[in-house]
Formats: sequence, structure tokens, C-alpha cells
Amino acid sequence: MTILAKHAAYRHAYDALLARGVDPLNVRFDKVLSPTEGMLNGRRTILLGTNNYLGLTFDADCIERAVDATRGQGTGTTGSRVANGTYDGHTRLEEALADFYGRQHAMVFSTGYQANLGVLSTLVGRGDHLMLDADSHASIYDGSRLGMAEVIRFRHNNPDDLYKRLRRLEGVPGDRLIVVEGIYSMLGDTAPLKEIAAVKRETGAYLLVDEAHSLGVLGDTGRGLAEAAGVEADVDFIVGTFSKSLGSVGGFCVSDSPDFDLLRIVCRPYMFTASLPPGVMASTLEALKKLRAEPALRTNLMRNARRLYDGLTAMGFQTGPEANPIIAVTMPDQMTAGVFWKMLLDSGLYINLAVPPATPANASLLRTSISAAHSIQQIDRALDIFADVGRKLGFLPADRRRAAGAL
Amino acid sequence: MRDEIAAIFEQVLGRPVAISDDTDIVEDLGMDSLGVMNFVMAIEDFYDLSIPLDRVAQIQTVADLIRAVDELKSGTAA
Repeated sequence: MTILAKHAAYRHAYDALLARGVDPLNVRFDKVLSPTEGMLNGRRTILLGTNNYLGLTFDADCIERAVDATRGQGTGTTGSRVANGTYDGHTRLEEALADFYGRQHAMVFSTGYQANLGVLSTLVGRGDHLMLDADSHASIYDGSRLGMAEVIRFRHNNPDDLYKRLRRLEGVPGDRLIVVEGIYSMLGDTAPLKEIAAVKRETGAYLLVDEAHSLGVLGDTGRGLAEAAGVEADVDFIVGTFSKSLGSVGGFCVSDSPDFDLLRIVCRPYMFTASLPPGVMASTLEALKKLRAEPALRTNLMRNARRLYDGLTAMGFQTGPEANPIIAVTMPDQMTAGVFWKMLLDSGLYINLAVPPATPANASLLRTSISAAHSIQQIDRALDIFADVGRKLGFLPADRRRAAGAL
Repeated sequence: MRDEIAAIFEQVLGRPVAISDDTDIVEDLGMDSLGVMNFVMAIEDFYDLSIPLDRVAQIQTVADLIRAVDELKSGTAA
């Protein structure tokens, strides 16, 4: 018996996958070549599962800014802003985010995960009520556990269930904070934000939207679901990340709350961790500029997402409800999903294998994420590989495959 | 209340179950985390209350569940 023996059940589940040659947690790229390609075991592989929505990780200007900042200000801040002070990159990035969202305040964190830990554990405290969608990301659940508020879970994307739970709290003291996500990371579905905003208004709750997967993806100017749904005025706090559409790493929160800066002296995941390095902030700033200046990135992204979604659906695969840049194919069970995933990988297509308990409804998913940088040829190649593996594993009858090929 | 809870178990699990105060919800009834979540939500609907997540984590047996529902219904929960 070791101290880790308590987790043996996870090992057993993983060993069953390993026995079939499926090792999703140990994909080792020899080299990443571009936003859409990497070398894996000596083979050129299409990257269709890296949340690189706008494909900016290799953008020449972003790289240039990062190099300049690194040369000028060093590789790291070597500590927190509380201890080591604020660099001009922190200030400029926060000003740029506040300007982009049209909000009074912005605060950056060292990762998106920490943004949720920090904001959720600090906005609500003992005697308050945190209302979480049941399919919330792990960082939201973990943030809820770091704080002292009472945590109530409502049914996924169900404003009526949320309303019912808020109504049960009538007369109970304490603030209420509703937390939803712009695009949910596993199935790519969006929150019914108009209806949720209505519940928020009627019950006097606060509303926080995590736009991690929707920043740069949804909305006329890329601000996310709140913009797309036309309810930005109802959203009190927006949390997001730099590690997807902005191609770097880090997290943020924006708000019009007048005393927002109080967070800087009470929010532990902000105060007690090293702040973002200058190079990361410089590339992020440049990426945000591109996001604003080049709406074609979003058009390409949605065109690619639509093409992949329509292709997979036409073949007969079971996909999620919306053609967003996250598209997941539901598999009958974990082992089939694992084998399918491995065969895709061996054919030169990298996607994500998502299995319980990380998935909604304990589904086993082949999760893809699409980039503006994918070419039509890459999307079509991915569809061909899906069709080929699907046929080999008996998912697609021959006629269905022909129908898909005729797209 | 135990009969009501047994009926909800049967509805969620889709099979008859025999429960006593000592029945361990996860171990004895073979529920996974999703099953537990669906079951908790069915209980919440039936009794028109919300069981906060920290309370859910404390519930192991049917007796624990009955106590939690009782306390939440009467508003005496900590």
C-alpha cells in the first residue's frame, strides 16, 4: 500500500485503455510545426484538438512582440505583483481588456484556471449562494470549493431549474452568484444566456459568464456569448483565458463593479502566485489587437466548424447540438472511443479523447476543436480519416460513406 | 420518508431496490457519480429543496440522506 493507493480505481480504468495501446494522457509531439500541424512519432499530424481557435500561436507579429518584451524586460517576473510589483505589460493588458469589453475594470491572472479559482472564491463568501451549472468546468467546481459560499448545482442549461432553486432561497440572506459558460468545453453547446439573464434580473442575483471558449469565437466583435445574445448589460463579471483564441497563457476577469479593485487585496489566487511574464503579455496584447482588427479570423473559424460539423453529421456520427468550434462525436463506450481515437491518431489526426468523469452524462467523446488556421483541405482530410476509421470500426455503412464523400 | 426515497431510487436506477437506514448509497446500490447526481436532483425536485454540494458530500447512507432532507425542509441546516 502506498499513499496513492486510494486512487487505484483510476489506474485500473487507465490500464484497460493502455492494454489496447490507447494512451491519451501521454501524447508526445516531437515538434509542433504550426497552429494546425505537429510531428508525432515521425509523422505529420493534423492538430484538431488544441483549442487554438484563431490560430495565432505562430503569428509573426505576436512572436515579434513576445521576443521584444523578453529581450527588454526579461524572461519572468519571478514573483507576484504584490511582492515584485506591476510591469507595464500587466497594466497595458488590463487596459486593453477593459477597453475591448467596454468595462471599467479588468484584472489578469496567471492562468484561466486561477482566474476562476480567484474570482469564484472571492466574490461570494460564507452565507452567500453560488449557483453552478451541473456541467461546469473543473476550474469552476474547484473555485467553488476554495471559497466558503454554499454551492448549489442546477441542471445543465436549464433556466427553469435555476429559477426554481433561486426561488427556494427567497428570504434567505446572502448574495447569489450564477455561473455559466459561453461555450461548454466538452460538447460545444452554448448557455441559453437570454433566459438566464432574465432569471438573474427577476431574482436579483449576480451573473458571471466564463467566456474561455467563446472569446474571439462568438459575437459581432468577438466578445463572446454575452455579446452574441445581446445581454452584456446583465452580465456582472466575465472571466476568460488567453490560452485559447489568444494563443498564450493566462486568465482575466472584467467588470463594472465599482469596488472591483478590492479583489487585488483579497483574492489569494491573484496575490500568491507569480504574475505573467512580459513575453506572454506582449504576445497576448498583440493577439487581442488581431482579434479586434481581423474579423475574417472568426469567419474562417466558423466556416471550418460548419464544414466539419456538417461532414460528420452527414456521415451519421452523433454530434452536439451546435456547429461551434468545439465538435464532439459521441461514442457508445469508453473502450470504443479509445480505439477510435488511437486509429485516428495513427492515421495522422490528433483530437481529444474525453471520457468519464470529465464528460457530461458520463459520455465517451471524440472531441475536436477547430481553428481559423485550418485549411479546407485539412478539414476535408480530417473528415476522410473519420470516415475511414468509422468504416473500419463498423460505424458507417458503405452507402453512408459515399453520401458523405459527395459533400 | 424512506418509502418515498426508495421509490425515487427505483425511478432513477430503473430497478427495484431494498433499502434500510444503513444502506450505503454508493457501495450498496452501485451508483456512480452521475447516478448520484441524478438521484440527488430527483430528491430535490420531490421535496422542493436544494441540497448544497458540501451536504451532498456528507451523505453516505440512507439515514444521512433522510437527516439532510429533514433539516433542509425545516430550515435547521447548518
